[in-house]
Amino acid sequence: MIRKLVYRIVQGFIVMIVLFTITFFLCRALPGGPYVSEKALPPHIKELMMERDGYNKPVHIQYYLRLKNLLQGDTGLSSRLSGRPVSDVIAQAFPVSVHLGVISMLLALAVGLPAGVISAWKKNTGVDFTVMAFAMVGLCLPSFVIGPILAEWLGREWRLFPAMGWSASDPITWILPMTTLGMVYAAYLARLTRTGMLEVLSQDFVRTARAKGVTTQRILIKHCLRGGLIPSAAYIGPAFAGIISGSLVIESVFQVPGLGRHFVKAIETNDVNVIMGIVLLYGGLVVLGNIASDFLILWLNPRARSQS
Amino acid sequence: MRLHRRGFLASYRATMMTLRSLGIILLALVLSACQRETQVQKANREKILLVGNSSEPKALDLQLVTSVVESKVITSLFEGLVADHPLSDTEMSPGVAERWEHNEDYTRWVFHLRQDAKWSDGEPLTAHDFSFAYNRMLHPDFPAPYVEMLYFLKNAEDFNKGKIKDFADVGVKVIDDYTLELTMKEPVPYLPGVTRHFTWFPIPKHVVLSYGKMTAPFTPWTEVGHHVGNGAFALKSWQLNDHLEVSKNPFYWDAANVKLNGIRFLPVENAYTETRAFLAGQLHTTYRLPTDMVSKVMETQPQFVKQEAYIGSQFLRTNVTRPGLDNVKVRMALSLAIDGKSICNTLLSGYEPATSYTPNLGDYRPEPVITFDPKKAQQLLAEAGYPGGKGFPRYSILIASGGTRAVSEAVQAMWKENLGIILEIRSMDFASYIDAQHKLDFDISLAGWSGDYLDPTTFLLMWTKDNGNNNTGWHSAEYERLLSEAAHCADPAQRLRTFEKAEKLFMDERPILPFAWQARNYLHHPSVKGWHPLLLDNHPWSAISLEETN
Repeated sequence: MIRKLVYRIVQGFIVMIVLFTITFFLCRALPGGPYVSEKALPPHIKELMMERDGYNKPVHIQYYLRLKNLLQGDTGLSSRLSGRPVSDVIAQAFPVSVHLGVISMLLALAVGLPAGVISAWKKNTGVDFTVMAFAMVGLCLPSFVIGPILAEWLGREWRLFPAMGWSASDPITWILPMTTLGMVYAAYLARLTRTGMLEVLSQDFVRTARAKGVTTQRILIKHCLRGGLIPSAAYIGPAFAGIISGSLVIESVFQVPGLGRHFVKAIETNDVNVIMGIVLLYGGLVVLGNIASDFLILWLNPRARSQS
Repeated sequence: MRLHRRGFLASYRATMMTLRSLGIILLALVLSACQRETQVQKANREKILLVGNSSEPKALDLQLVTSVVESKVITSLFEGLVADHPLSDTEMSPGVAERWEHNEDYTRWVFHLRQDAKWSDGEPLTAHDFSFAYNRMLHPDFPAPYVEMLYFLKNAEDFNKGKIKDFADVGVKVIDDYTLELTMKEPVPYLPGVTRHFTWFPIPKHVVLSYGKMTAPFTPWTEVGHHVGNGAFALKSWQLNDHLEVSKNPFYWDAANVKLNGIRFLPVENAYTETRAFLAGQLHTTYRLPTDMVSKVMETQPQFVKQEAYIGSQFLRTNVTRPGLDNVKVRMALSLAIDGKSICNTLLSGYEPATSYTPNLGDYRPEPVITFDPKKAQQLLAEAGYPGGKGFPRYSILIASGGTRAVSEAVQAMWKENLGIILEIRSMDFASYIDAQHKLDFDISLAGWSGDYLDPTTFLLMWTKDNGNNNTGWHSAEYERLLSEAAHCADPAQRLRTFEKAEKLFMDERPILPFAWQARNYLHHPSVKGWHPLLLDNHPWSAISLEETN
C-alpha cells in the first residue's frame, strides 16, 4: 500500500514537471505577448518592462529561471495585475473556488446518490423513469444555460436570491451558483450510482438476503451500497478537481470571485506567471484527486485490494 | 424487485415530508424576498454608490495604468490641478489648484495650489508632490505605459528617453510650496483640460519613498492600509474580482460638500450579468448595456436606459501596403459603399453616423466628408481597375473575437451588394488582433478609438509616421507639417482651423474608413443625483448624491 502510494506520488511529480514544460512553451507560442494593449506602448517602455520581467533573455534561460524560482516557492508577479504576486492572486481566489466546489459537490452527492439508489431500487417504474429523465435533462443542459435562467427567474424576476455576487459569510449568495454547478454532477452521479447498484442488486447474495427476510432498507444500505458506489467513487476524485477548476461559467454568470475568471483573463492577456500558477494548481488537484480516488476504490473494493 | 409495503410507505411519507418542507422553505423565501430591501435601497440609506466597472483595475498606482476602468477608481482616490465639472466637459473647476494663469502664447502656465489641500493621511499636499509625480513618471527607469501624456512638457520626451539627464531641464518648476510652473514644448491652450487626466495627478512623495526608491514600480504603497491619495475618497477594501470600495476622505479639502459616504466598484465583466444585477436592484449604474438588450430594456424599463454621446470613433483600418488598398480610389470606394446610418440604426444603438473621423469637440468642427454613395463608389472602383468588383483581391476583415462580428458582417454585405467584392471575416482573440495590426499582418480591420481629452490632437496625432497606434502603413509629410503648424500656433481658433485642414487631408486620403461616432449605452438608477451626460464620461464623484427610495 505504501509502496503504491510512493509510486503514485513520484508519478504525479513527473506529470507536474511535464505539465510545467508544456504550459511554458505553449505560453511562449501565444501571439501578442504580455505587453499588448489597445493603445500601443512606447517601444522604450516596452523594452524596460521586458527587461524587468526577464522576457528578453533566451527562452531556455527563461525556462530554467522560472522552474528554479518555482521549486523555491516563488510563483512570480502577475503582468496583468501590475506587480501583484501570483501567490496572492491564488490565495484570494482559490478559497472561493474550493468553497463553491465543496458545497456544490455536497449538493451533488446529497441529490445524486439517493436519486441513483432510489432509481435502481425502483427499476423500470415511473419513479425510475422520472429520476432518470431529470438526470438526462441535467446532463444535457449546460451550466451556461441553466445559470442565466436561474439568475433571471429566481434572481431578477422573483428576487429570492441575489442575481449576482458572492459572500463567504452569506449563504443566500451560495444557492444559485451551487445549484447550477452541483446539478450537472448530481445528474451524472445519479446515473453512475444507478448502474452500480443494479449490478450489485442482481447478485446472488442479495437474493439470499431477501429470502432470509432481510428488509429492503437493510439490503440496500448494509449489503449493496458499498459495492454499488464503486463507479461513483471512481468518478468523484477527478470530478472534485474538475468542479473546483471548471466553475468558470458559473463564476462569470454569478460574479463569483474564484480562480476560473483569473485563468481565462490570464490567457487572454498572456499573463504567463498566472497561467503557469493556475495550471500547476489545477494539475496538482487532478493528480491528487486521482490518487485519492484510487485509494478510495481500494478501500471500497476488497477484490481490487487483493489484486494490488 | 418487489417492495416491502412497510418500506414503501415509509419512503412515501419521507418524500412527502421533504416536499412539504421544501414548499415551506420556498414560501418563506418568497415572503422574505417581498419584504427584503434591495441592495440599492440599502445603499441609498447608507449613501454608498454601487458602480458596475467592467473589469479589475490593473493597479492603483496611477502611473502604471492606462484604461478607463482604472481611471474611474483613480478619480475617486486622487484629484489633479483642475477638476471635472459635473455639468460640462468644457468647464474647468478648480481642483488642487485654486487658480491658474498662462503667458500670451500658452507655453508657460502657473498653477496656484490651495493651502488646505491634504493627503488622506493628513499630510499637506504641495507643489513638490506634483514635481515628484512628473519626475517619477518621466524617469527613464520607470515603466509608465502612458508616459506620452506628459510629453506636452518641455524636454519631457528627451528626459524620458535618456537624452537629457537632469530633471531640472524639464518644464516643471516648483516656485514655492504652493506655486507650480509648467513650461510646454509648444503652445497648449487646452492644458487645464489635459491636467484633468489621471496621468497628471500628484502622488504622495512621502509615502512612495517610505516604501522604496522613486522608480521602483511595485512597492506596497497602493495596497489597502497603505494607500494614500488626495481625492474625495480613500481606499477601504479590495477583493479581486469581487469589489473595490472607497470611503469618504475626511482630509479632502472640500469634504463638507461630498455627499456620498463611499463608492463600491464591482468588476462585472459579463455585461448580461451586470444588466441582470442592475434590474434585480443590485447596482446604481452599469458600465454598459449590451446593444442587443437596449431595445428590450427600452420597452420594459425605459426610465433606466441612458444613451449618451461619447468621445470615440468607429472605423475600418486599411493596410495601405496591400495591392489594391494602396490606391486611394479603392479606399474611397470602400468608404462610400458603407451605409453608416443603417449600421447605427440596426446594430449600434445610440451611435451617430460619422461625417468625419473626429467627433464634434466643442469648437472643433471637421468638414463633413463621409457620405453613403454606392454609385460614386462603383465608379471609383471601376476607375481603379476593378469594374463591378472584378479582379479585386480576396481580402479579409480582421475583428477581435467578441461583440463586433455583426458590424463586420454588415460591412461585408454592403461591399458585396454595392461593389460586388467579397471579403472574408477573420476573427482573433484580442491580443492576436492587436499584434496582427502592429505587424501590418491584416488587410482591413474593424477598430475604434476614444479620446482622452477634448482636443483634436487626441485623435489626430496617432496617424503620424511610426506612431504605434497608426497601423495602416499610411503617412503623409503634408499631414505632419499641418499638425506641426497647428501645434506651434498660439491663436486657439487658428490652431483648430489648421487641425481641421489636416483632418480634411487625412479624410481625402482615407486610410481609415470611419462610419460611426461612439455612444455609451448603460443603465442608471434614478436615485442617483448630480450625474449628467458628459462627452468624456468623467463624472466627478464628489458631486454625486443618492436619494432614498422605497
